[in-house]
This record gives sequence, C-alpha cells and structure tokens, in this order.
Amino acid sequence: MTATAGARAPRTGRGPLTDLLTGGGRTRRVMWLVLAALVVLSLVRVVSGEEALTSASTLRAALLLAVPIGLAALGGLWSERAGVVNIGLDGMMILGTWGAGWAGYQWGWAAAVLGGLLFGVLGGLLHAVATVTFGVDHVVSGVAINILAAGVVRFLSELFYTDNPAGGGVTQSPPVAGDPPSFSLPVLSSGPDLLGTLERQQWFLLSDLAGIAKGLTSGFGVLTLLAVLLVPVSWLVLWRTAFGLRLRSCGENPAAADSLGVPVYRLKYVAVMISGGLAGLGGVFLVFIADIYREGQVNGRGFIGLAALIFGNWRPGGLAAGAGLFGYADALQLRSRTAVVALLLLVALLLLAVAVWQAVRRRPVRAALSAVVAVAAFVAWAVVEELPPGIVSFTPHLTTLLVLSLASQRLRMPKADGLVYRRGEH
Amino acid sequence: MTLLRRVGLALFAPVLAVVVALLISTAVMAALRVDPFQVFAVMLDLGDTPSQQVTAIVVVLNRAIPLFLAGLAVAVAFRMGLFNIGVEGQYRLATIMAAVAGAAVALPGPLHVLLIVVVAMAVGAFWAGIVAVLKVTRGVSEVISSIMLNFVALGLASFLLTGPFRGSPEGASIISTAEIPESGLLGGLNGLFDAIGLANPPRQLYGFLPIAVLVGVALAVLLGRTRFGFDLKATGLSPSAASASGVDARAMVVKAMLLSGAVAGLIGLPDLLGQTGAYTTDFTSGLGFLGIAVALLGRNKPVGIALGALLFAFLDRALVPLQIQQFPASVVTIIQGTIVLAVVVANEIARRLTRRSAERGGAEPSSAPEPGTGAVGPPGDASAEGRPSTRREVQA
Repeated sequence: MTATAGARAPRTGRGPLTDLLTGGGRTRRVMWLVLAALVVLSLVRVVSGEEALTSASTLRAALLLAVPIGLAALGGLWSERAGVVNIGLDGMMILGTWGAGWAGYQWGWAAAVLGGLLFGVLGGLLHAVATVTFGVDHVVSGVAINILAAGVVRFLSELFYTDNPAGGGVTQSPPVAGDPPSFSLPVLSSGPDLLGTLERQQWFLLSDLAGIAKGLTSGFGVLTLLAVLLVPVSWLVLWRTAFGLRLRSCGENPAAADSLGVPVYRLKYVAVMISGGLAGLGGVFLVFIADIYREGQVNGRGFIGLAALIFGNWRPGGLAAGAGLFGYADALQLRSRTAVVALLLLVALLLLAVAVWQAVRRRPVRAALSAVVAVAAFVAWAVVEELPPGIVSFTPHLTTLLVLSLASQRLRMPKADGLVYRRGEH
Repeated sequence: MTLLRRVGLALFAPVLAVVVALLISTAVMAALRVDPFQVFAVMLDLGDTPSQQVTAIVVVLNRAIPLFLAGLAVAVAFRMGLFNIGVEGQYRLATIMAAVAGAAVALPGPLHVLLIVVVAMAVGAFWAGIVAVLKVTRGVSEVISSIMLNFVALGLASFLLTGPFRGSPEGASIISTAEIPESGLLGGLNGLFDAIGLANPPRQLYGFLPIAVLVGVALAVLLGRTRFGFDLKATGLSPSAASASGVDARAMVVKAMLLSGAVAGLIGLPDLLGQTGAYTTDFTSGLGFLGIAVALLGRNKPVGIALGALLFAFLDRALVPLQIQQFPASVVTIIQGTIVLAVVVANEIARRLTRRSAERGGAEPSSAPEPGTGAVGPPGDASAEGRPSTRREVQA
C-alpha cells in the first residue's frame, strides 16, 4: 500500500494537508495507516458494541497466537532469503512441538525450548539435504517433510507416552513441568493498572488504545519477548552484516555469489537449519500455551506463517505485521463468535474506502465491485447474529486468503527463490 | 533393448526408493527397540485361510481405488508444474455435496449414480477453480491458496454436516447426512471372485473400481496422446515458450486446475457409494495428502500411480493387524513418509544419471531415435518429467 504512495511522493506544489498526510517518508505514512486502522476498529467497536474487538484479553491472546505464526514466518524468511522455499515449515513446527513436550515434561521449560529448537533444526537439516545436496524440488521436499513429520511424532508418542507413568498417551505428552517466567509493565498494566482503568471507561479510541496497550504489555512471557526481539535481530543480521549480505546473495543470484567466493551450499544449509530452528521455536511456543504437547496442535500454522511472509513481502517488519493480523483473527474467533460477525462491518468499511479510492482514480468497474461487496458485507453484518462454530474456525485462513488476493501483486520475492542451484550448471 | 532399458530406468528410482525407505525404517525401529522383522512379518501376513487372504486383497484394492484417484488428481496439476495441495478440501466438500444431492433425489439406477458423480466432479472442480482464478488474476501462489482453502472446505463441511445437511437423529454418536437410496449406490464386484475361482470373501469389492480404471485410462490418453495434454506439459515446462507458440498459458492454468479438481471430486465416491451411503463425521480423511505422495511415487503417470496406490494401500492394510499385535501402527506412516522422501531424491538421481549418459554418449543408438518411434512414443519419458525442477532449470 505504501509503495504506490512512495512512487508519487516527489510531486511538487502540495497543500499543507497533503504534506502532513503523505510527506515525511515511509515511517510517517505507516503511522498514519496504523492510526487510521485503529480509528476504524474503534468505530466498529462502538457501533457493534463488541468489547472483545479491542479488549486487553483479546489482544493478549492475539499476541500469543501471533508469536508462533511470526516465528514460522521468520523461519521462512531465513530460508527463502537464501533461495530455498520452505513448505516444510509446518512439519518442522510439528517436530518442534514434540521435542518441546518430550524435553519439557522431564526437565522443565528451558529444556523444552532447547528440545523444540533441536527437533526443528533436524527437520531443517533434512530439508537442506534434500534440496541443496540432492537438488530435489523445494515444494516436493517440503510436502514430503510435512507428511513424514506427522508420522514421526505419532510414532514417537506411541513409543514414549503410552504406558508412561507421568501421564500422556498416543496423542499427547505428560504436562510440561513449570512455566517460563512472565511479567507485566509496572504501574501501567499491573498494580495501579492505569491502562485497565482507562479501558473500562469505554471511551471512543482512548479506551481502545488502552486495551490494546494493556494486552500487549501484561503477562509478557520471556519467550514472547525473545520472539519479538528476533524480528529486529533477523533484520540486523540479514541486512546489516556481511554474513547476511552473502546469505541473501544466495537467494538472488547464487551463480554470481559463487563466482565471488561465497560458499553457497554451506550458507544455504545454515539458513535452512536456522529456519527449521525458528519454526521449532514456534512449536515450543504452542506447547507453552497449552502446557502440554498435543497432536494437531500446529493446525496449519506453519502455512499461515508462510502466508504472513509473502504478505510481508519477504521483509521482517512486513511479516511481523502479517503475523499480527492473523494472530488477531485467530484470537477473535477463539474468544467470541459474535465478535467475528463485527469483523464483517470492518470489511464493509474498508471496502467502502477502497470503492471511494477507485472512484477517485476513475476506475468505475472496480469501484462498483468493491461497493457491491461492501454492501453485501454490511447486510450480512446486520442480519447475522452469530456464526456457527464450523464457519468461525476458518476465520484466520479466510483472512489470509483475502489479504493475499488483495496484496500479492506488488510483492517481490528473492529472485532465485525456489530454484535448484547446481554449481557449474549455470 | 530400448524398451527394456526404458522400463529399467523407469523402475530404477521407485525400487531404489522403496529399498532405501525400508532400510531407514528398519534402522529407526531397531534404534527404538521395536523388532522390525516382526513388524514386516505382520505386514506380509495376509491370513491363513483362502477366505482371509482374499479379504485382505479386497481391503487393499478398496483402499487403493481412492488413493489412485487422489494420485491422478494431484498428477494432472503436477504435469504443468502446479501444486494442487487442496485435493483434501476438494474431495471432502465434493463428497458431502454429492451425498446430499444423491439422498435428495430418486432416479433409476445408472442415472442416479451419474448424477452423484457429476455433482461431485462439479463441486471439486469449482473449489479448485477458485485457486486457479486467484492465481491467474491476482497472482496468489496456488500452494498457499489451496492450503488455506483446505481449512475453509473442512470448516464448511463440518458446518454443513452439523447444520443444514444433518440427516441423523439428535444425540446419535456419529453425525451423518441422509442415506442415499439403494438406486444411487454401487453394488460390490464379488461375483468376479466366483468367476475366477477364488473364495468369495465377506467383504465387498467396491463397484467403483471399473470407473476408476476408466478415469485412469481416459487421463492417460488425454495427457499422453492429445493436443491438450501436450499443451499442458509444454506450458509446465516453459510458459513463455508455450505462449510464443500460441498456447494461452493462463487459460491452461485454469483448465488444469478444473480437471484436477474434477478428478479430486471422485476420491470420496468409492467409499460413499460402496460402503457408507452417507457422509459422516468419521468419513475417510487424509486421502488428499496421501495422493500427493502417490503421485510423486508414480511419477505423474497413471500406471505408476496405480502401482503407488497399491503399495500404499498394502501398507495401510497392516494398520489394524499391527495394532492388534501391540506394535506402534504409525510405523506405516513413517515408512510411507520415508518412501516419499526417498523417491523424490531417487528421481533426482535417476534424472541426473540419464542426463549424464545422454551427454557422454551423444551418438548412442538410444538417443538417436528413428523418425517413426520418436513421434509415436508418449511425451512423458523418464528423461523429461513434467516436474517444476525441470521447468525452472529451463527458465534459469
């Protein structure tokens, strides 16, 4: 969205209002967009009366659900920046959940982190062997890893958890011993709880902001902090170090990188193993949410992470935004089925804005199409009281699909992403 | 000689893969103190009496039919480098709609079955069509969109089953749609066993078998012997070259996905029309994902897919006996998973070997075909499968 605005920025003779809204570079435009989104969300909250839309508890859940998706997406970033498409993220997450459950019930939460990390790295290693050494098509290898991972964890569970005195069974581990420490921001979100007080006033925008801020700052786990920090760290390593530049060169033009002495195969191996480790960490996080390993816990989150990566244009900041969006949709469908209906109003408002925008740009067909869908969404919001559970369950996936179909044309993936590189064949 | 050599090359990769997968599974089992040889013995043991043995064969065949269809559905899209991972959602949604349509009408026998088949194919094609339209108009990767549509389809199916299409009484342990009347079901083929002098087992061989074979033959002809099949493969190998020779690459994407979805719609029908008669909460699941594996195993060719489906069905049959004898039944899934991974690696090695031998001996008789044979032979030889790795190398 910001890309088009950026392309038109150098025009001269703008009014002060235009300058305030579109000037000042990328950061300011992103801030305006975020603010606009908040205002619309707050408006929808007031109109529909669905407090769950911006309540602190929803936002805390959203953060919890966004972190595994974000970690999977970061994993995808590492491997795809090195030119290896990683559909196997989901399988690596599954391996991570099992590793976390197995190590966690015996030796506590720190071991769970290590266990999940290790299992994820093993999954990544397998993918690297297949794609880098044997030159197997990346998607094929990823799909095979997903099938294999599901079988491996079931097999291991049957061996280790049936007849285990600590509990567990064919589909789940014994409970993980101990929780990682968590903390809340003093004064604002705990103790006097200023943000919570403000949130309960139900004022337009202010209470929403307070709810969101409180949700993001209270009950913050150590692993959440680590995951959030991994986003800027990944950016720093990949875009501000020589190692990162070399790694990204493998994803853009491996033949050129090779000719300059970059160890392409080795870097791809490293990148895919880091990718697996990050996906495994995402699995660890899922285990911590439930305090137990359970089969089917991942539920396609690796794929949603991949979608978040594409939505974020293969950039750390973008994928974090994508993960946040999908985490929010997921949290909302878990917390309140009526609040999901309120999302229809949000969709209606956004599409109305799109319709106006297209009309201004003299594209009557697109404008009319957007307007029609907007009206349909509005009518659906007004008529539907509560959605049945089967429908609500796929809210995050449908959101992913809608967002991708709106956004995917302006995206640019690494140039050699998904290509099998054989030294000397180019 | 050339025929022998070609068959040898085509069989080399899958056989190598199965052997490697068995070795790996043996090692895994041994490392975890499960006796691999006992497990394999259980897998190979079909029963003592002739009746038991024929029953085992029927179980394998009944399982292989849907797997074969699933493999075909995936392979049609694979042929042009499209990954239809959404087969799972396509067949689940198609089956429930077909079950409801079949239960709602009363028609004479063959027409009734035909209606059910047509509904299933149409729903499957529609669901796959969404993926194709998103890809050609919005540039959404078919991998991601078909996975997301899987979740949507499964959610929709569960909503439809528990909501508007519920046919079972309240409080029943298994929720199902209304039963399809007798005229819409396909009888078993057990008369076949009497005809060839085998024991007639208590279990019925699905009447869908001839239809599945027919679909396989039709697809083999369509993909291997027609202009459409050639265009499909050419577009997969190089979209730009195909466009230059007058093929509309975007239209080919839509056609391939519609065809793939239509075949996917059939996957649930053998079970539906041969056994259950209604779509239930515990209807066979996971066939779409296994279909990907079967298609990879069969190298996207109908005969190969049939063999792959039989192998997977044979492995699946062992699930119950393994459980009865207290072995971890998921061994089967591990063997299947390693087979898939081994087969893709082996395919790659075989492809490289053929290319190397072609490069070394450029004037060998096998690489200089007589004018006649080259044109007649099917375009899907071992040296150039329609898999994206080849396509990407052509592009690069």
